[in-house]
Amino acid sequence: MNSRKILYQFGYRRSPDQDQLSPVRRPVIVIGAGPVGLCTAIDLAQRGVPVVLLDDADRIGEGSRGICYAKRTLEILDRLGVAKACLEKGVTWKLGKVFQRDDQLYAFDLLPEDGHKMPAFINLQQYYLEHALVERAAQLPNLDIRWRNRVSGLKRRNDGVSLAVETPEGSYNVDADWVVAADGARSALRGMLGLDFKGEVFEDRFLIADVKMKGDFPPERWFWFDPPFHDGRSALLHKQPDDVWRIDLQLGPDADAKAEQSPDHVIPRLRQMLGHDAFSLEWVSVYTFQCRRLERFVHGRVVFAGDSAHQVSPFGARGANSGIQDADNLAWKLALVLLGEASEGLIDTYDIERSAAADENIGHSTRSTDFIAPRSAQEQRFRDAVLALARKAPFAKRMVNSGRLSMPTTYETPLSTPDGDTWSGSAHLGAPLPDAPMLSRSGQPIWLLEALGGEETIIHVPNGDTLPNGKRIVVIGDDLIDVQGLFAQRFDATPGSTYLVRPDQHLAARWRHATPPQIERASRRLRDFEGDRA
Amino acid sequence: MTALMTESRFPDPDRAYRVLIEAHRGLSDEESAALNSALVLILANHIGNQAVLQEALALARQTMERTQDATG
Repeated sequence: MNSRKILYQFGYRRSPDQDQLSPVRRPVIVIGAGPVGLCTAIDLAQRGVPVVLLDDADRIGEGSRGICYAKRTLEILDRLGVAKACLEKGVTWKLGKVFQRDDQLYAFDLLPEDGHKMPAFINLQQYYLEHALVERAAQLPNLDIRWRNRVSGLKRRNDGVSLAVETPEGSYNVDADWVVAADGARSALRGMLGLDFKGEVFEDRFLIADVKMKGDFPPERWFWFDPPFHDGRSALLHKQPDDVWRIDLQLGPDADAKAEQSPDHVIPRLRQMLGHDAFSLEWVSVYTFQCRRLERFVHGRVVFAGDSAHQVSPFGARGANSGIQDADNLAWKLALVLLGEASEGLIDTYDIERSAAADENIGHSTRSTDFIAPRSAQEQRFRDAVLALARKAPFAKRMVNSGRLSMPTTYETPLSTPDGDTWSGSAHLGAPLPDAPMLSRSGQPIWLLEALGGEETIIHVPNGDTLPNGKRIVVIGDDLIDVQGLFAQRFDATPGSTYLVRPDQHLAARWRHATPPQIERASRRLRDFEGDRA
Repeated sequence: MTALMTESRFPDPDRAYRVLIEAHRGLSDEESAALNSALVLILANHIGNQAVLQEALALARQTMERTQDATG
């Protein structure tokens, strides 16, 4: 089952860089054409930076791997031009249910309010996302994907990086101002730089089986503790496109990985769970996991993003989602530095912001794992006591942890200008803006985040005074009409309210009444130009 | 700041102690451990303050050190 079928095949093509006598110098080389590398490369290319993307393979193989994509990730994918394809193919969901034995302990709704362009989550096999990203990349003339280009050597220089690259036609050297290492959990680049990748190892083994069947389960995330079909362990059932269902079964620490993957073992287990055998196996894998991270994500001109920088357990869908959010954070900063609009110090804020995000994700992931796979008799007793109490007392329901699903991180960051006024609503300083349905100047429906795109923007609610200055101003009631009042509600907007939005759509500053110097200072600060901060 | 209260709080501590003992009478060690686990969770939530919980854990841990010193 682990010999993966090829689903999409791409061709190696010789690059003119291979025929140069001395190495060509590129502004950015991204390594690894998984979701994180592709998003980084597309984002940079959309921002006018020429990018080379190297990948050691030339195909996307089967195996759905990451399947849950969260609202914030979809908003990023929308900005990159691929959300539509993903939404059309994906299974939209927002409800989760948690069972013990046959009884439902509780249910959760990940997006209880309307008025957002993107749903709480979609499920989509990772290969469909990668394919959509590769197709988008092909539309960008300044994005050069090179398949079967494996980095075999790396030399750090003060102002860049020199790479040795192996291809089917021999090796060549190429230089870059910046390298983004998005080469996954087993990152070769991490090894080349001799970096430690430390954290906690979990011993429980889990079986993933993707099963094709006509099921009448709803598109919800169902999680069982001690299910009737799998005594004493846990199980997860989740719908994917093409009548494929993700089943995840806890096997315990002593399971034989090889034996458990054989159809002789897998099929009876699934038959017991599903109550029939009208299914076929799409993909089976046995895994253990670790929660670990690099101490720093930026090493001179080499920047790590996604699984190469941090790894989490699968509970909570925090792997691919956080990796794509790394890309979202890094691309605008690299673009500003390369275009000469920000100093190199801005890249250090990628390390600050995404390290904090990694810690948050690792924390959630570790706590979920502690709950799902207790490691001692007493841990097990506490866990079982929580489950038993959950039927009797509300507090215990909130302790039941079957995975806390990926939410974007609110950055506590030097790039934010601290609030001087008080605010309510769902917009938070340092967090991505909440979306809202608006009308354009010509009366066409448009979503707030769509209208903002990827540029630094000032959103202003007029009060009769002079409009603020800035590269890009959006005036509410003029450029965008808050037709349902949801903008006002979510941003706690009153006449005069002014919001400064970062190129990654996170909120950098806000004022009830802003003066031009305040806005100017906050704008310099979000580009890390402000020298006087603590 | 809320601190862990270590002064005697029950008007009749002997009776309170007796309540705990009675709850465990007739239980196996495993059943007792399960009961205690549920009880700890209920009481921890009732306190509802992580700093106090951590102080309580630290105090409990001190008693283990002393026991170990005494026996080891």
